[in-house]
Amino acid sequence: MSYQKKEGSLPDNCSMYWQLFKITFFLSACTFGGGFVIISMMKKKFVEELHWLTEEEMLDMTAIAQSSPGALGVNIAIVVGYRLKKVKGAIVCTLAAVLPPLFIISIISVFYNQWKNNAYIAVALQVMRAGVAAVICDVVFSLAQNVIMTKQILWISLMILSFIATVFFHVSAVIIILICGAAGFLNSRSKNNKEKRI
Amino acid sequence: MIYIRLFFAFFQIGLFSFGGGYAAVPLIQHQIVETNHWLEMSQFADLITIAEMTPGPIAINSATFVGQQIAGFPGAVICTLGCIFPSFIIVLLLSFLYMKYRNLKTMQGILTGLRPAIVAMIASAALSLFVLALFNSSLPDLKPENFRIIEAVLFCISLFLIRKYKIGPIPIIFGSGIIGTILYMLF
Repeated sequence: MSYQKKEGSLPDNCSMYWQLFKITFFLSACTFGGGFVIISMMKKKFVEELHWLTEEEMLDMTAIAQSSPGALGVNIAIVVGYRLKKVKGAIVCTLAAVLPPLFIISIISVFYNQWKNNAYIAVALQVMRAGVAAVICDVVFSLAQNVIMTKQILWISLMILSFIATVFFHVSAVIIILICGAAGFLNSRSKNNKEKRI
Repeated sequence: MIYIRLFFAFFQIGLFSFGGGYAAVPLIQHQIVETNHWLEMSQFADLITIAEMTPGPIAINSATFVGQQIAGFPGAVICTLGCIFPSFIIVLLLSFLYMKYRNLKTMQGILTGLRPAIVAMIASAALSLFVLALFNSSLPDLKPENFRIIEAVLFCISLFLIRKYKIGPIPIIFGSGIIGTILYMLF
């Protein structure tokens, strides 16, 4: 996996900030099910649709968001904003990520009792999860496919082992990131040494 | 000054909540129920229910809820700011380092190793969501008899539409919400 230079055409400044705000706001307002769902939706939007970011960058930025404290969904918005438009972009994206929950909770905390006992809302929230699961599964299929396509046993087995460690042994994300980062480091070192010897 | 106290309580929650999602719940509970007595335990349970039913991260949702209860809308804004401030600084710093050094050979090596791990973590989140959607339970309590046929059908149709016709995520999510609710009302 290497960086392919495949930048999509970026619009001019003003409309870029507005697009960033609009997309992040919309994704944050519609994302039930946690940070990784936001990341999957951002990948579909920024990588597949707009080509503003590459798939590798999206994964690197997920690693950054995951290694920092705080909510994953907000952290990923901060990195994406910074990557595209530096500190101003980060501020725009953070606002866009935080405003929807701020408004929704402020309103709901007033109508909480009616909301809690409404049967339709409960059913809608349950069935909506089927759609959320389909979106994130689709993203996982294409991401995993790309790792398998590298045809490198090291990366494929790292992926499978990390999956098993997370699902069955509840190993924390920080530990997995440290181990896999170290594996990547050692691998690149040994490759360098081989090149030098030749 | 209640605003300053609110800000620092949520500053601590933002700074120490690693792992996201439910990992932050005990920390939030400690700050707002035990240390500061801003909410009763039953209100806190309601808060978690609301957070589950609405979009947005739990930490941000609880910041807004507590701020709103204690000091109105300005309180909600202050708490939310306190909650995101630490991660904003730390994420910016890491992003800066990433942008600066990502073309170094060593950094490339590390990042290449991280990508399969990140794919695995997204996959594990997908698996939990899949089980939650189709069996309405978490992975360890999975029982085959809880299988929900309507959700399973919606899942398969959604996945087919995404892969075959590239339908966007938001029509898929709301479409399955609306169609599923109608199906439940009919059967």
